[in-house]
Amino acid sequence: MDHTSPEAHLDLGFMTLTFNLSTVLMLVVSAVIVFLIAFVSTRSLALKPTGMQNFMEWILDFVKNIIGGNMDWKTGRSFHILGITLIMFIAISNLLGLPFAIVYNHTLWWKSPTADPTVTMTLATLVVVLSHYYGVKYQGTGGYVKNTYFKPMSFMFPLKVIEEFANTLTLGLRLYGNIYAGEVLLGLIAGIGGASIFGWFGMLIPGLAWQGFSIFIGFIQAFIFTMLTMVYISHKVSADH
Amino acid sequence: MVLDYFVLGAGATGLNTGDILATAVIFLILMLLLKKFAWGPLMDVMQQREELVSSEIDAAEKARKEAQTLLEEQQAILKEARTEAQTILEGAKKQADASKEEIVSAARAEAARLKESAVRDIEAEKEKAIAAVREEVVSLSVLAASKVLGKEISEADNSALIKETIAKAGEAK
Repeated sequence: MDHTSPEAHLDLGFMTLTFNLSTVLMLVVSAVIVFLIAFVSTRSLALKPTGMQNFMEWILDFVKNIIGGNMDWKTGRSFHILGITLIMFIAISNLLGLPFAIVYNHTLWWKSPTADPTVTMTLATLVVVLSHYYGVKYQGTGGYVKNTYFKPMSFMFPLKVIEEFANTLTLGLRLYGNIYAGEVLLGLIAGIGGASIFGWFGMLIPGLAWQGFSIFIGFIQAFIFTMLTMVYISHKVSADH
Repeated sequence: MVLDYFVLGAGATGLNTGDILATAVIFLILMLLLKKFAWGPLMDVMQQREELVSSEIDAAEKARKEAQTLLEEQQAILKEARTEAQTILEGAKKQADASKEEIVSAARAEAARLKESAVRDIEAEKEKAIAAVREEVVSLSVLAASKVLGKEISEADNSALIKETIAKAGEAK
């Protein structure tokens, strides 16, 4: 379990950027897979959908329903593409680490990008910053400040400020915790399997069970992340919450 | 650094600023690419389908209304035709009755006329026959009388006498 990360540093003069190369690699792999799935399935678009187009339309409708449950569709449609991309990117990222992990020279190369807190916190921060941006855009600066920090009671201002940070933190760490824990346990089970021939038979059933459960968790976490994104955005863009 | 204890993750030794940048950039690029190449066209198609369905529903509704109007129109026309047929039938019946009456009465009149003329003919024939018989009787009587008397009597002289006798005989009869 004591793998190191392949790190690289980029000196910009005023600051040094640290890259975890495996995270970057896995992010690119996830993005490419998501893009290929979406791109290939939307090549022969028809009014009467067939095959993969049905699946893509199902995802679109699914995200549309998530958004529709939180705000009216007129404002919600601006976040449709964000929602679809989020749910697909996170679901694929969660699944990537499940079939195997690749460790080369004690360096972990293949894993779920979402098993890295930096990635999930970045996504969460991105979403929360977006929600603030759209809050200002839809309600005006005054409306945004009043709606976000002084409702329902103005004395709740400190709590509301804390809430914004808590939201960001929980959104990111929930995803990270679920996926990272899943990978750790998968690694342990695989370790048992590698120990001896008895261990191999012993881990077969728990391994299968945990793989299945992790697939389930991967989709559920993608759904929850998208859902909460829309909840946070809707709190900012509509005044009636 | 004290803050190192807050850093989570496998083998991370510091805040990976590069990862933050990479995640944000990769995610945003993915979103833009998908918008351009996948979601955009797909949403367009779904929008088109929505419009198509709603326009088809409108068209169907319109066609249904049109059919309803046409049906009513046809029914009205049918009703009218039926009434007209009834009228024509009744008129024909009436006319047939009238011409029947006419034909029958004409036939009746013709028959009466024929009968009358026949009766008249018979009457005339009878008169003629009686006259002929009378003439014959006169000549026969004259012949018989002349034979009985053995004397030539002029027919003209005696015919008046004979006629008188016959008339008398006729009256006596």
